[in-house]
Amino acid sequence: MTPAATLTLKNVDKSFDRNAVIRDVSFELRAGERIALLGHNGAGKTTLFKMALGFLRPDSGDIAVLGHTPGSGASRAGTAYLPEAVAFQKALTGREVMAFYARLKGADRKRSLDLLERVGLSDAANRKVGAYSKGMRQRLGLAQALIGHPKLVLLDEPTSGLDPVSRQNFYELIEEVAAGGATVLLSSHALTEVEARTDRILILSKGQLVADDTLAALRARARLPIRIRVRGTDGAADRIADRLGGTRVNGCSVELYCEPEGKVACLASIGELGGLVDDVDMHLPSLDDVYRHFSGITAGEV
Amino acid sequence: MFTRIFTVAGQELRLGLRNRWIMLATLILAAFSLALALLGSTPAGTLGVDRMTITVASLASLSVYLVPLIALLLAFDAISGEIDRGTLLLIFSCPISRTEFLLGKALGHLMVLTVALVIGYGSTGLLLYAVGAGSPAGLADFVRLILTSAALGLAFLAVGYVLSALTRQSSTSAALAIGAWLILVVLYDLALLGLLVTDTGGTFAPHVFPYAIMLNPADAFRLFNLASLGASSLVGGMAGVAESLPFPPVAALASIAGVTVFALCLALVRIRRITP
Repeated sequence: MTPAATLTLKNVDKSFDRNAVIRDVSFELRAGERIALLGHNGAGKTTLFKMALGFLRPDSGDIAVLGHTPGSGASRAGTAYLPEAVAFQKALTGREVMAFYARLKGADRKRSLDLLERVGLSDAANRKVGAYSKGMRQRLGLAQALIGHPKLVLLDEPTSGLDPVSRQNFYELIEEVAAGGATVLLSSHALTEVEARTDRILILSKGQLVADDTLAALRARARLPIRIRVRGTDGAADRIADRLGGTRVNGCSVELYCEPEGKVACLASIGELGGLVDDVDMHLPSLDDVYRHFSGITAGEV
Repeated sequence: MFTRIFTVAGQELRLGLRNRWIMLATLILAAFSLALALLGSTPAGTLGVDRMTITVASLASLSVYLVPLIALLLAFDAISGEIDRGTLLLIFSCPISRTEFLLGKALGHLMVLTVALVIGYGSTGLLLYAVGAGSPAGLADFVRLILTSAALGLAFLAVGYVLSALTRQSSTSAALAIGAWLILVVLYDLALLGLLVTDTGGTFAPHVFPYAIMLNPADAFRLFNLASLGASSLVGGMAGVAESLPFPPVAALASIAGVTVFALCLALVRIRRITP
């Protein structure tokens, strides 16, 4: 049995002043999934979040949050949100902010204060939020979002402003939340940011959903070539280029590209060159390359 | 529902205490009322009128200016400021309805205002009573003054929320609030006075003027307080109007309540349409 859908979009369109911001987007998120929503600035990520929260209405298409209309009491009761550049009343302390949101969400105040410790803010709990750094505010925002066991957690660029250690902690926390059965949808503008910590990746480009798959599958689908650079011994570069194909890049190196499945054959033919070869460098396509590949695709090519 | 309203109200009260809003408003009200009580009532002795009653009459005229100003300053930021700072996004994503949010804000600000009024005016009243300058009836006048000032404040809080919900920048709504104060508290009376003076046909004074006064909560407030003091002969001016009105002064309170409810509904209509 597949877990219940927590967020469903069906053929959703949205435009502002006749500029299409979201175009025919459909996807379904299920309980326990961690999903990354990627896209450039202005790709429509925040608009998508605001539609899921019921702040904006789609021009056409349907959205269901936990089986309810976005913005209805039932959908908001199970949804948590961390806005991009989260802000709090500066005069309140971290503890007071948590108590405030716990009461708004009808959750246990004591338990919500434990969350402060979980995000590493227990020392700063009694300090005013106005004195917090950006990373601390972000962590307070995350703690706030996790109050009262939400079923759908929407995080808009949650890792921006976090140092590597905090980011590590952040993903551990996300993993726990998802293991508890919640759906976590987080947005980011770089694939490297979400690392390998998400189950599925959605890529939004100019308002269109251009990819919806696991990272491994995206890599395979992109079929990006592997770049191999062979450095020859003195004066051998030309002969290497003759035998392997590829282009000479400087006095002594040759660069060539091969398909993922031709990798072994390619390496074998380099091996046959024997003494001509001084060194070999191999570059697998990076996450950034994969992301750039997909975000460059427009609708016609899909 | 009430938990959420009280949560928002409690936060406003806490913020009012913390950013010294309450302290400032209290000091202003206390300073003005003490000055009026100690200096302004000196000649009252010869009139044989309760000194506290005279002070309340002066304070009622002071409240007409100060209380709307304080209320508008509290309210102008309530929605536009939260949008500006980005805090509304998070609050509206919580399971709180926009009605609950507005009622919570209004309740919290009303508490801030009431605390300032009780301490500011109350200290003056108690001081006068303690030095033997007034009777228990004078104390009752003070209580009525504080309660009606709070009602006046709530009406202007509601007006402030409407203005705050009109814009997304808190600086714009600040300008609107100052404008509203100027028009409703200062220019409105001047305009009525001008119309009275130039009214030759004799239809304005009996048929329009009384209702025009009732429509503005500031004027309605002044009318009710001076009429219930029976002090119109002492204070003169617009207070004398009360005796020639086609309705009892209590109707003025109903009018303030009506304006408050109307403005709150208007604010709510706007707030429900906001995309934070």
